[in-house]
Amino acid sequence: MRKRSLIPIIYILFLLLPIYWLVAMSFKTTNEILAGFSLFPQTFTLDNYTTIFTDPTWYWGYINSIIYVSLNTVISLAVALPAAYAFSRYRFLGDKTLFFWLLTNRMAPAAVFALPFFQLYSAVGLFDTHIAVALAHCLFNIPLAVWILEGFMGGVPKELDETAYVDGYSFPRFFLTIFLPAIKAGVGVAAFFCFMFSWVELLLAKTLTAVEAKPIAATMTKTASSAGYELGLLAAAGTLTIIPGAIVIYFVRNYIAKGFALGRV
Amino acid sequence: MKTENQKAWFFVAPVLVLVAFNALIPMMTVVNYSVQETFGNNVFFWEGLRWFEELLASERFHAALGRQFLFTGIILAIEIPLGIVIALAMPRKGPWVPVCLVLMALPMLIPWNVVGAMWNIFALPDIGLLGYLMNTTLGIDYDMTQSPFAAWATIITMDVWHWTSLVVLLSYAGLVSIPDAYYQAAKIDGASPFKVFRYIQLPKMKQVLTIAILLRFMDSFNIYTEPFVLTGGGPGNATTLLSIDLVKIALGQFDLGPAAAMSLIYFAITLLVSWLFYTLMTKDDAK
Repeated sequence: MRKRSLIPIIYILFLLLPIYWLVAMSFKTTNEILAGFSLFPQTFTLDNYTTIFTDPTWYWGYINSIIYVSLNTVISLAVALPAAYAFSRYRFLGDKTLFFWLLTNRMAPAAVFALPFFQLYSAVGLFDTHIAVALAHCLFNIPLAVWILEGFMGGVPKELDETAYVDGYSFPRFFLTIFLPAIKAGVGVAAFFCFMFSWVELLLAKTLTAVEAKPIAATMTKTASSAGYELGLLAAAGTLTIIPGAIVIYFVRNYIAKGFALGRV
Repeated sequence: MKTENQKAWFFVAPVLVLVAFNALIPMMTVVNYSVQETFGNNVFFWEGLRWFEELLASERFHAALGRQFLFTGIILAIEIPLGIVIALAMPRKGPWVPVCLVLMALPMLIPWNVVGAMWNIFALPDIGLLGYLMNTTLGIDYDMTQSPFAAWATIITMDVWHWTSLVVLLSYAGLVSIPDAYYQAAKIDGASPFKVFRYIQLPKMKQVLTIAILLRFMDSFNIYTEPFVLTGGGPGNATTLLSIDLVKIALGQFDLGPAAAMSLIYFAITLLVSWLFYTLMTKDDAK
Protein backbone atom coordinates (compact mmCIF):
# COMPACT_ATOMS: atom_id res chain seq x y z
CA MET A 1 0.00 0.00 0.00
CA ARG A 2 2.85 2.37 0.87
CA LYS A 3 4.62 1.75 -2.41
CA ARG A 4 1.46 2.43 -4.35
CA SER A 5 1.03 5.93 -3.01
CA LEU A 6 4.40 6.81 -4.52
CA ILE A 7 2.82 6.91 -7.98
CA PRO A 8 0.43 9.83 -7.29
CA ILE A 9 3.16 11.63 -5.34
CA ILE A 10 5.65 11.42 -8.21
CA TYR A 11 2.95 12.47 -10.66
CA ILE A 12 1.99 15.52 -8.59
CA LEU A 13 5.67 16.51 -8.28
CA PHE A 14 5.94 16.30 -12.07
CA LEU A 15 2.87 18.56 -12.36
CA LEU A 16 4.25 21.10 -9.91
CA LEU A 17 7.75 21.35 -11.36
CA PRO A 18 7.00 23.66 -14.34
CA ILE A 19 4.63 25.67 -12.12
CA TYR A 20 7.40 26.09 -9.55
CA TRP A 21 9.75 27.28 -12.27
CA LEU A 22 7.24 29.87 -13.46
CA VAL A 23 6.70 31.18 -9.93
CA ALA A 24 10.45 31.21 -9.20
CA MET A 25 11.10 33.16 -12.40
CA SER A 26 8.49 35.75 -11.45
CA PHE A 27 10.48 36.68 -8.32
CA LYS A 28 13.78 37.07 -10.17
CA THR A 29 15.18 40.27 -11.65
CA THR A 30 15.73 40.38 -15.41
CA ASN A 31 19.48 40.56 -14.80
CA GLU A 32 19.45 37.42 -12.73
CA ILE A 33 17.39 35.52 -15.30
CA LEU A 34 19.70 36.44 -18.15
CA ALA A 35 22.87 35.92 -16.10
CA GLY A 36 22.37 32.17 -15.95
CA PHE A 37 20.79 29.27 -14.15
CA SER A 38 19.70 29.57 -10.50
CA LEU A 39 17.34 27.17 -8.78
CA PHE A 40 16.03 29.75 -6.29
CA PRO A 41 15.70 33.53 -6.76
CA GLN A 42 18.99 35.02 -5.53
CA THR A 43 17.77 38.60 -5.22
CA PHE A 44 14.11 38.20 -4.36
CA THR A 45 12.09 40.97 -6.01
CA LEU A 46 8.43 41.96 -6.27
CA ASP A 47 9.10 44.46 -9.08
CA ASN A 48 7.43 42.30 -11.72
CA TYR A 49 4.22 42.18 -9.70
CA THR A 50 4.39 45.91 -8.93
CA THR A 51 4.58 46.62 -12.67
CA ILE A 52 1.48 44.54 -13.34
CA PHE A 53 -0.59 46.06 -10.56
CA THR A 54 0.30 49.65 -11.46
CA ASP A 55 0.11 49.51 -15.26
CA PRO A 56 -3.51 49.76 -16.52
CA THR A 57 -2.83 47.79 -19.72
CA TRP A 58 -1.79 44.90 -17.47
CA TYR A 59 -4.39 44.92 -14.74
CA TRP A 60 -7.21 45.75 -17.12
CA GLY A 61 -6.35 42.56 -18.92
CA TYR A 62 -7.31 40.64 -15.79
CA ILE A 63 -10.48 42.64 -15.27
CA ASN A 64 -11.50 42.10 -18.92
CA SER A 65 -10.93 38.37 -18.69
CA ILE A 66 -12.91 38.07 -15.48
CA ILE A 67 -15.80 40.11 -16.92
CA TYR A 68 -16.29 38.02 -20.04
CA VAL A 69 -15.71 34.73 -18.24
CA SER A 70 -18.37 35.60 -15.64
CA LEU A 71 -20.80 36.78 -18.33
CA ASN A 72 -20.27 33.57 -20.24
CA THR A 73 -20.83 31.39 -17.18
CA VAL A 74 -24.11 33.16 -16.37
CA ILE A 75 -25.44 33.01 -19.96
CA SER A 76 -24.40 29.39 -20.47
CA LEU A 77 -26.07 28.19 -17.28
CA ALA A 78 -29.22 30.24 -17.78
CA VAL A 79 -29.96 28.69 -21.17
CA ALA A 80 -28.49 25.25 -20.49
CA LEU A 81 -30.62 24.54 -17.39
CA PRO A 82 -34.04 24.37 -19.10
CA ALA A 83 -32.56 22.59 -22.13
CA ALA A 84 -30.88 19.95 -19.98
CA TYR A 85 -34.18 19.44 -18.14
CA ALA A 86 -35.95 18.88 -21.45
CA PHE A 87 -33.33 16.36 -22.61
CA SER A 88 -33.37 14.49 -19.32
CA ARG A 89 -37.17 14.31 -18.84
CA TYR A 90 -38.88 14.34 -22.23
CA ARG A 91 -38.79 12.65 -25.59
CA PHE A 92 -39.48 15.04 -28.45
CA LEU A 93 -39.10 15.19 -32.19
CA GLY A 94 -35.42 15.29 -33.11
CA ASP A 95 -34.10 15.17 -29.55
CA LYS A 96 -31.25 12.74 -30.24
CA THR A 97 -30.16 14.55 -33.40
CA LEU A 98 -30.25 17.88 -31.60
CA PHE A 99 -28.18 16.54 -28.70
CA PHE A 100 -25.52 15.23 -31.07
CA TRP A 101 -25.54 18.44 -33.09
CA LEU A 102 -24.90 20.40 -29.90
CA LEU A 103 -21.98 18.14 -29.11
CA THR A 104 -20.48 18.62 -32.57
CA ASN A 105 -19.91 22.25 -31.66
CA ARG A 106 -17.69 21.11 -28.83
CA MET A 107 -15.61 19.38 -31.53
CA ALA A 108 -15.19 22.31 -33.90
CA PRO A 109 -11.58 23.50 -34.00
CA ALA A 110 -11.48 27.11 -32.79
CA ALA A 111 -9.05 27.87 -35.61
CA VAL A 112 -11.84 27.10 -38.11
CA PHE A 113 -14.08 29.75 -36.59
CA ALA A 114 -11.58 32.51 -35.88
CA LEU A 115 -11.99 34.51 -39.09
CA PRO A 116 -15.78 34.09 -39.60
CA PHE A 117 -16.30 35.03 -35.95
CA PHE A 118 -14.35 38.21 -36.44
CA GLN A 119 -16.52 39.11 -39.43
CA LEU A 120 -19.79 38.11 -37.76
CA TYR A 121 -19.20 40.08 -34.58
CA SER A 122 -17.90 43.08 -36.52
CA ALA A 123 -21.03 42.99 -38.67
CA VAL A 124 -23.38 43.06 -35.66
CA GLY A 125 -21.29 45.81 -34.04
CA LEU A 126 -20.10 43.81 -31.06
CA PHE A 127 -16.42 43.65 -31.94
CA ASP A 128 -14.12 44.42 -28.99
CA THR A 129 -16.81 44.09 -26.34
CA HIS A 130 -16.95 41.69 -23.40
CA ILE A 131 -20.30 40.34 -24.50
CA ALA A 132 -18.85 39.29 -27.87
CA VAL A 133 -16.30 37.01 -26.25
CA ALA A 134 -18.88 35.76 -23.76
CA LEU A 135 -21.28 34.85 -26.59
CA ALA A 136 -18.55 33.30 -28.73
CA HIS A 137 -17.46 31.05 -25.88
CA CYS A 138 -21.06 29.85 -25.63
CA LEU A 139 -20.30 27.84 -28.76
CA PHE A 140 -18.43 25.21 -26.76
CA ASN A 141 -19.60 25.96 -23.21
CA ILE A 142 -23.36 25.58 -23.72
CA PRO A 143 -23.06 22.06 -25.19
CA LEU A 144 -20.76 21.10 -22.34
CA ALA A 145 -23.08 22.60 -19.70
CA VAL A 146 -26.09 20.81 -21.22
CA TRP A 147 -24.15 17.56 -21.24
CA ILE A 148 -23.05 17.84 -17.60
CA LEU A 149 -26.41 19.06 -16.28
CA GLU A 150 -28.27 16.35 -18.16
CA GLY A 151 -26.02 13.78 -16.50
CA PHE A 152 -26.70 15.13 -13.02
CA MET A 153 -30.45 15.55 -13.67
CA GLY A 154 -30.66 11.93 -14.81
CA GLY A 155 -29.64 10.96 -11.27
CA VAL A 156 -32.70 12.70 -9.76
CA PRO A 157 -35.69 10.31 -9.68
CA LYS A 158 -38.66 11.37 -11.75
CA GLU A 159 -40.93 10.78 -8.74
CA LEU A 160 -39.64 14.10 -7.36
CA ASP A 161 -41.24 15.98 -10.27
CA GLU A 162 -44.48 14.02 -10.05
CA THR A 163 -44.85 14.45 -6.29
CA ALA A 164 -44.36 18.19 -6.66
CA TYR A 165 -47.14 18.43 -9.28
CA VAL A 166 -49.49 16.37 -7.09
CA ASP A 167 -48.74 18.81 -4.27
CA GLY A 168 -49.86 21.63 -6.57
CA TYR A 169 -46.51 23.24 -7.37
CA SER A 170 -46.37 25.27 -10.57
CA PHE A 171 -43.49 24.41 -12.90
CA PRO A 172 -41.33 27.52 -12.25
CA ARG A 173 -41.83 27.17 -8.49
CA PHE A 174 -40.97 23.47 -8.60
CA PHE A 175 -37.90 24.10 -10.76
CA LEU A 176 -36.50 26.90 -8.60
CA THR A 177 -37.36 25.70 -5.10
CA ILE A 178 -37.17 21.91 -5.40
CA PHE A 179 -35.32 20.81 -8.52
CA LEU A 180 -32.44 23.30 -8.51
CA PRO A 181 -31.47 22.58 -4.89
CA ALA A 182 -31.56 18.85 -5.73
CA ILE A 183 -28.94 19.27 -8.47
CA LYS A 184 -26.92 22.09 -6.93
CA ALA A 185 -23.72 20.03 -7.11
CA GLY A 186 -24.31 19.66 -10.84
CA VAL A 187 -24.90 23.39 -11.26
CA GLY A 188 -21.68 24.11 -9.36
CA VAL A 189 -19.73 21.69 -11.51
CA ALA A 190 -21.23 23.03 -14.75
CA ALA A 191 -20.39 26.59 -13.67
CA PHE A 192 -16.87 25.48 -12.88
CA PHE A 193 -16.41 23.95 -16.32
CA CYS A 194 -17.82 27.00 -18.11
CA PHE A 195 -15.47 29.19 -16.11
CA MET A 196 -12.55 26.90 -16.83
CA PHE A 197 -12.96 26.63 -20.59
CA SER A 198 -13.73 30.31 -21.04
CA TRP A 199 -10.73 31.25 -18.87
CA VAL A 200 -8.21 29.08 -20.71
CA GLU A 201 -9.36 29.78 -24.29
CA LEU A 202 -7.40 32.45 -26.07
CA LEU A 203 -7.67 32.16 -29.84
CA LEU A 204 -11.28 33.39 -30.09
CA ALA A 205 -10.92 35.87 -27.23
CA LYS A 206 -7.93 37.41 -28.95
CA THR A 207 -9.58 37.47 -32.37
CA LEU A 208 -12.68 39.24 -31.07
CA THR A 209 -10.97 41.99 -29.09
CA ALA A 210 -8.58 44.85 -29.77
CA VAL A 211 -8.27 47.28 -26.88
CA GLU A 212 -11.39 47.63 -24.76
CA ALA A 213 -11.95 43.99 -23.89
CA LYS A 214 -8.51 42.52 -24.43
CA PRO A 215 -7.90 39.44 -22.24
CA ILE A 216 -4.87 39.16 -20.00
CA ALA A 217 -3.51 36.25 -21.98
CA ALA A 218 -3.38 38.41 -25.12
CA THR A 219 -1.61 41.20 -23.24
CA MET A 220 1.02 38.63 -22.36
CA THR A 221 1.56 37.55 -25.95
CA LYS A 222 2.09 41.13 -26.97
CA THR A 223 4.64 41.76 -24.23
CA ALA A 224 6.52 38.62 -25.12
CA SER A 225 7.03 39.80 -28.67
CA SER A 226 7.28 43.58 -28.39
CA ALA A 227 9.16 44.35 -25.18
CA GLY A 228 12.02 41.99 -25.92
CA TYR A 229 12.82 39.35 -23.40
CA GLU A 230 11.05 40.38 -20.22
CA LEU A 231 10.76 36.88 -18.89
CA GLY A 232 10.28 37.90 -15.28
CA LEU A 233 7.28 40.06 -16.12
CA LEU A 234 5.84 37.33 -18.32
CA ALA A 235 6.29 34.78 -15.53
CA ALA A 236 4.59 37.08 -12.99
CA ALA A 237 1.62 37.61 -15.32
CA GLY A 238 1.42 33.85 -15.91
CA THR A 239 1.52 33.12 -12.20
CA LEU A 240 -1.38 35.50 -11.63
CA THR A 241 -3.50 33.68 -14.25
CA ILE A 242 -3.25 30.46 -12.20
CA ILE A 243 -4.85 32.01 -9.11
CA PRO A 244 -8.51 32.41 -10.26
CA GLY A 245 -8.57 28.76 -11.39
CA ALA A 246 -7.14 27.61 -8.09
CA ILE A 247 -9.82 29.56 -6.22
CA VAL A 248 -12.77 28.18 -8.21
CA ILE A 249 -11.52 24.63 -8.05
CA TYR A 250 -11.42 24.84 -4.25
CA PHE A 251 -15.19 25.33 -4.19
CA VAL A 252 -15.99 22.24 -6.24
CA ARG A 253 -13.23 20.00 -4.82
CA ASN A 254 -15.64 17.37 -3.49
CA TYR A 255 -17.56 17.05 -6.75
CA ILE A 256 -14.69 17.39 -9.15
CA ALA A 257 -14.23 13.70 -9.96
CA LYS A 258 -17.94 13.25 -10.60
CA GLY A 259 -17.97 16.48 -12.58
CA PHE A 260 -15.22 15.36 -14.91
CA ALA A 261 -17.25 12.22 -15.53
CA LEU A 262 -20.03 14.64 -16.64
CA GLY A 263 -22.26 13.41 -13.82
CA ARG A 264 -22.41 9.98 -15.38
CA VAL A 265 -21.10 7.69 -12.62
CA MET B 1 -39.13 6.29 -18.71
CA LYS B 2 -39.24 9.61 -20.51
CA THR B 3 -42.61 11.02 -21.55
CA GLU B 4 -43.32 12.27 -25.03
CA ASN B 5 -43.77 16.06 -24.96
CA GLN B 6 -43.24 18.31 -27.98
CA LYS B 7 -43.45 21.42 -25.80
CA ALA B 8 -39.97 20.53 -24.57
CA TRP B 9 -38.79 22.40 -27.67
CA PHE B 10 -39.56 25.66 -25.86
CA PHE B 11 -36.99 24.70 -23.22
CA VAL B 12 -34.41 23.95 -25.86
CA ALA B 13 -35.10 27.02 -28.01
CA PRO B 14 -32.73 29.50 -26.26
CA VAL B 15 -29.83 27.07 -26.55
CA LEU B 16 -30.69 26.46 -30.16
CA VAL B 17 -30.78 30.18 -31.02
CA LEU B 18 -27.47 30.97 -29.29
CA VAL B 19 -25.55 28.01 -30.63
CA ALA B 20 -27.01 28.42 -34.11
CA PHE B 21 -25.93 32.06 -34.18
CA ASN B 22 -22.39 31.01 -33.26
CA ALA B 23 -22.22 27.87 -35.34
CA LEU B 24 -24.40 28.16 -38.44
CA ILE B 25 -23.57 31.69 -39.60
CA PRO B 26 -19.77 31.26 -39.35
CA MET B 27 -20.08 27.81 -40.90
CA MET B 28 -21.99 29.25 -43.86
CA THR B 29 -19.27 31.90 -44.24
CA VAL B 30 -16.69 29.14 -44.37
CA VAL B 31 -18.68 27.17 -46.95
CA ASN B 32 -19.08 30.35 -48.97
CA TYR B 33 -15.34 31.06 -49.00
CA SER B 34 -14.45 27.48 -49.78
CA VAL B 35 -15.87 27.65 -53.30
CA GLN B 36 -14.55 31.11 -54.22
CA GLU B 37 -11.34 33.00 -54.91
CA THR B 38 -10.82 36.51 -53.57
CA PHE B 39 -8.26 39.23 -54.26
CA GLY B 40 -9.46 41.43 -51.43
CA ASN B 41 -11.91 44.36 -51.56
CA ASN B 42 -14.80 41.90 -51.37
CA VAL B 43 -14.37 40.78 -54.96
CA PHE B 44 -15.09 37.09 -55.32
CA PHE B 45 -14.87 34.59 -58.16
CA TRP B 46 -16.57 31.21 -58.34
CA GLU B 47 -14.08 28.38 -58.15
CA GLY B 48 -16.28 25.35 -57.56
CA LEU B 49 -14.46 22.45 -55.96
CA ARG B 50 -10.99 23.57 -57.02
CA TRP B 51 -9.71 24.26 -53.48
CA PHE B 52 -10.91 20.88 -52.24
CA GLU B 53 -9.23 19.05 -55.12
CA GLU B 54 -5.98 20.97 -54.68
CA LEU B 55 -5.96 20.46 -50.94
CA LEU B 56 -6.64 16.73 -51.04
CA ALA B 57 -3.75 16.36 -53.49
CA SER B 58 -1.36 18.71 -51.68
CA GLU B 59 1.63 17.28 -49.88
CA ARG B 60 1.63 20.09 -47.36
CA PHE B 61 -1.85 19.08 -46.18
CA HIS B 62 -0.94 15.38 -46.07
CA ALA B 63 2.12 16.19 -43.99
CA ALA B 64 0.19 18.36 -41.52
CA LEU B 65 -2.57 15.75 -41.26
CA GLY B 66 0.00 13.02 -40.72
CA ARG B 67 1.70 14.99 -37.97
CA GLN B 68 -1.69 15.65 -36.39
CA PHE B 69 -2.63 11.95 -36.28
CA LEU B 70 0.85 11.08 -35.01
CA PHE B 71 0.55 13.64 -32.22
CA THR B 72 -2.97 12.58 -31.21
CA GLY B 73 -2.01 8.90 -31.40
CA ILE B 74 1.06 9.32 -29.21
CA ILE B 75 -0.62 11.40 -26.53
CA LEU B 76 -3.62 9.00 -26.35
CA ALA B 77 -1.24 6.03 -26.08
CA ILE B 78 0.55 7.70 -23.17
CA GLU B 79 -2.21 9.56 -21.34
CA ILE B 80 -4.89 6.86 -21.21
CA PRO B 81 -2.79 4.03 -19.65
CA LEU B 82 -0.86 6.46 -17.45
CA GLY B 83 -4.10 8.04 -16.23
CA ILE B 84 -5.55 4.62 -15.36
CA VAL B 85 -2.41 3.58 -13.46
CA ILE B 86 -2.40 6.80 -11.42
CA ALA B 87 -6.13 6.54 -10.67
CA LEU B 88 -5.68 2.93 -9.48
CA ALA B 89 -2.87 3.99 -7.15
CA MET B 90 -4.82 6.87 -5.60
CA PRO B 91 -6.31 6.55 -2.10
CA ARG B 92 -10.09 6.02 -2.16
CA LYS B 93 -10.87 7.80 1.11
CA GLY B 94 -9.26 10.17 3.53
CA PRO B 95 -8.11 13.76 3.86
CA TRP B 96 -5.58 13.46 1.03
CA VAL B 97 -8.18 12.79 -1.66
CA PRO B 98 -9.38 16.39 -2.19
CA VAL B 99 -5.78 17.66 -1.98
CA CYS B 100 -4.69 15.21 -4.70
CA LEU B 101 -7.67 16.07 -6.90
CA VAL B 102 -7.20 19.83 -6.64
CA LEU B 103 -3.44 19.65 -7.32
CA MET B 104 -4.01 17.34 -10.26
CA ALA B 105 -6.65 19.56 -11.80
CA LEU B 106 -4.45 22.65 -11.53
CA PRO B 107 -2.70 22.36 -14.96
CA MET B 108 -6.09 22.26 -16.71
CA LEU B 109 -7.04 25.65 -15.29
CA ILE B 110 -4.08 27.54 -16.68
CA PRO B 111 -4.75 29.56 -19.86
CA TRP B 112 -3.40 27.67 -22.84
CA ASN B 113 -0.90 30.28 -23.94
CA VAL B 114 0.42 30.49 -20.38
CA VAL B 115 0.93 26.72 -20.56
CA GLY B 116 2.95 27.22 -23.73
CA ALA B 117 4.91 30.13 -22.25
CA MET B 118 5.52 28.21 -19.03
CA TRP B 119 6.98 25.24 -20.89
CA ASN B 120 9.00 27.56 -23.05
CA ILE B 121 10.61 29.11 -19.96
CA PHE B 122 10.97 25.64 -18.43
CA ALA B 123 12.76 24.24 -21.48
CA LEU B 124 15.14 27.13 -22.28
CA PRO B 125 18.52 25.44 -22.82
CA ASP B 126 20.68 27.60 -20.51
CA ILE B 127 18.31 29.11 -17.98
CA GLY B 128 15.26 26.80 -17.89
CA LEU B 129 15.07 24.06 -15.29
CA LEU B 130 14.40 21.28 -17.82
CA GLY B 131 16.87 22.61 -20.38
CA TYR B 132 19.57 23.03 -17.74
CA LEU B 133 19.01 19.55 -16.33
CA MET B 134 19.18 17.96 -19.77
CA ASN B 135 22.16 19.88 -21.12
CA THR B 136 24.34 20.47 -18.10
CA THR B 137 23.44 17.82 -15.54
CA LEU B 138 22.66 14.90 -17.83
CA GLY B 139 24.81 16.02 -20.74
CA ILE B 140 22.11 15.36 -23.34
CA ASP B 141 22.08 17.84 -26.19
CA TYR B 142 18.62 19.38 -25.90
CA ASP B 143 17.38 22.45 -27.75
CA MET B 144 13.91 22.39 -29.19
CA THR B 145 14.56 25.30 -31.53
CA GLN B 146 17.21 23.18 -33.26
CA SER B 147 16.17 19.56 -33.06
CA PRO B 148 12.78 18.37 -34.35
CA PHE B 149 13.00 15.38 -32.01
CA ALA B 150 13.48 17.63 -28.97
CA ALA B 151 10.56 19.80 -30.14
CA TRP B 152 8.29 16.76 -30.46
CA ALA B 153 9.40 15.36 -27.11
CA THR B 154 8.64 18.72 -25.52
CA ILE B 155 5.15 19.22 -26.97
CA ILE B 156 4.22 15.64 -26.06
CA THR B 157 5.55 16.01 -22.50
CA MET B 158 3.68 19.29 -22.25
CA ASP B 159 0.40 17.70 -23.35
CA VAL B 160 0.90 14.76 -20.98
CA TRP B 161 1.55 17.28 -18.21
CA HIS B 162 -1.49 19.34 -19.20
CA TRP B 163 -4.15 16.68 -19.75
CA THR B 164 -3.30 13.32 -18.11
CA SER B 165 -5.18 14.56 -15.04
CA LEU B 166 -8.40 14.56 -17.05
CA VAL B 167 -8.02 10.80 -17.58
CA VAL B 168 -7.04 10.35 -13.92
CA LEU B 169 -10.09 12.22 -12.65
CA LEU B 170 -12.47 10.38 -14.97
CA SER B 171 -11.04 6.95 -14.14
CA TYR B 172 -11.06 7.83 -10.47
CA ALA B 173 -14.73 8.80 -10.66
CA GLY B 174 -15.45 5.40 -12.20
CA LEU B 175 -13.41 3.56 -9.58
CA VAL B 176 -15.01 5.15 -6.52
CA SER B 177 -18.44 4.17 -7.85
CA ILE B 178 -17.60 0.45 -7.42
CA PRO B 179 -19.27 -0.91 -4.27
CA ASP B 180 -17.00 -2.57 -1.67
CA ALA B 181 -19.02 -5.78 -1.98
CA TYR B 182 -17.47 -6.41 -5.42
CA TYR B 183 -13.96 -6.40 -3.95
CA GLN B 184 -15.02 -8.61 -1.04
CA ALA B 185 -16.52 -11.14 -3.44
CA ALA B 186 -13.32 -11.10 -5.48
CA LYS B 187 -11.28 -11.69 -2.30
CA ILE B 188 -13.40 -14.70 -1.34
CA ASP B 189 -12.94 -16.11 -4.84
CA GLY B 190 -9.20 -15.55 -4.50
CA ALA B 191 -8.98 -13.38 -7.61
CA SER B 192 -5.53 -11.97 -8.46
CA PRO B 193 -5.10 -8.17 -8.62
CA PHE B 194 -4.94 -8.43 -12.40
CA LYS B 195 -8.26 -10.31 -12.51
CA VAL B 196 -9.83 -7.70 -10.21
CA PHE B 197 -8.67 -5.04 -12.65
CA ARG B 198 -9.75 -6.95 -15.75
CA TYR B 199 -13.19 -8.14 -14.58
CA ILE B 200 -14.29 -5.55 -11.99
CA GLN B 201 -12.47 -2.24 -12.38
CA LEU B 202 -12.06 -2.03 -16.14
CA PRO B 203 -15.72 -2.77 -17.01
CA LYS B 204 -16.81 -0.16 -14.44
CA MET B 205 -14.45 2.37 -15.97
CA LYS B 206 -15.46 1.61 -19.53
CA GLN B 207 -17.98 4.40 -19.85
CA VAL B 208 -15.89 7.12 -18.25
CA LEU B 209 -12.91 6.00 -20.31
CA THR B 210 -14.95 6.42 -23.48
CA ILE B 211 -15.67 9.99 -22.41
CA ALA B 212 -11.97 10.48 -21.66
CA ILE B 213 -10.88 9.16 -25.05
CA LEU B 214 -13.54 11.22 -26.81
CA LEU B 215 -12.57 14.45 -25.04
CA ARG B 216 -8.85 13.84 -25.42
CA PHE B 217 -9.27 13.01 -29.09
CA MET B 218 -11.31 16.15 -29.84
CA ASP B 219 -9.10 18.51 -27.87
CA SER B 220 -5.76 17.14 -29.01
CA PHE B 221 -6.91 17.06 -32.60
CA ASN B 222 -7.91 20.73 -32.37
CA ILE B 223 -4.86 21.82 -30.37
CA TYR B 224 -3.44 25.19 -31.42
CA THR B 225 -2.34 27.63 -28.75
CA GLU B 226 0.03 25.51 -26.65
CA PRO B 227 2.30 24.17 -29.42
CA PHE B 228 2.09 27.49 -31.25
CA VAL B 229 3.41 29.42 -28.26
CA LEU B 230 5.94 26.70 -27.40
CA THR B 231 7.53 25.97 -30.76
CA GLY B 232 5.71 28.16 -33.29
CA GLY B 233 5.39 25.04 -35.44
CA GLY B 234 9.14 24.70 -35.79
CA PRO B 235 11.92 23.94 -36.22
CA GLY B 236 11.01 24.23 -39.88
CA ASN B 237 7.61 22.62 -40.12
CA ALA B 238 8.38 19.78 -37.73
CA THR B 239 5.62 20.58 -35.23
CA THR B 240 3.19 22.39 -37.55
CA LEU B 241 0.00 20.59 -36.56
CA LEU B 242 -3.23 20.95 -38.52
CA SER B 243 -4.61 23.99 -36.66
CA ILE B 244 -1.29 25.82 -36.83
CA ASP B 245 -1.11 25.25 -40.58
CA LEU B 246 -4.72 26.37 -40.98
CA VAL B 247 -4.15 29.65 -39.14
CA LYS B 248 -0.98 30.20 -41.18
CA ILE B 249 -2.96 29.89 -44.43
CA ALA B 250 -6.03 31.83 -43.25
CA LEU B 251 -4.53 34.72 -41.32
CA GLY B 252 -0.88 34.64 -42.39
CA GLN B 253 -1.25 34.29 -46.14
CA PHE B 254 -4.91 35.39 -46.17
CA ASP B 255 -5.77 32.62 -48.65
CA LEU B 256 -9.40 32.47 -47.62
CA GLY B 257 -10.57 29.91 -50.18
CA PRO B 258 -8.01 27.19 -49.48
CA ALA B 259 -8.20 27.89 -45.74
CA ALA B 260 -12.00 27.48 -45.80
CA ALA B 261 -11.78 24.23 -47.78
CA MET B 262 -9.22 22.98 -45.27
CA SER B 263 -11.48 24.00 -42.35
CA LEU B 264 -14.35 21.93 -43.75
CA ILE B 265 -12.24 18.83 -44.35
CA TYR B 266 -10.66 19.25 -40.91
CA PHE B 267 -14.04 19.54 -39.21
CA ALA B 268 -15.38 16.57 -41.17
CA ILE B 269 -12.53 14.34 -39.96
CA THR B 270 -13.02 15.40 -36.33
CA LEU B 271 -16.76 14.83 -36.65
CA LEU B 272 -16.40 11.39 -38.21
CA VAL B 273 -14.05 10.05 -35.55
CA SER B 274 -16.03 11.65 -32.72
CA TRP B 275 -19.26 10.20 -34.11
CA LEU B 276 -17.74 6.73 -33.91
CA PHE B 277 -16.96 7.29 -30.22
CA TYR B 278 -20.37 8.81 -29.56
CA THR B 279 -22.10 5.78 -31.08
CA LEU B 280 -20.08 3.55 -28.78
CA MET B 281 -21.01 5.68 -25.76
CA THR B 282 -24.75 5.76 -26.41
CA LYS B 283 -24.70 2.03 -27.07
CA ASP B 284 -23.50 1.64 -23.49
CA ASP B 285 -26.09 4.10 -22.22
CA ALA B 286 -28.89 2.05 -23.73
CA LYS B 287 -27.84 -1.13 -21.92
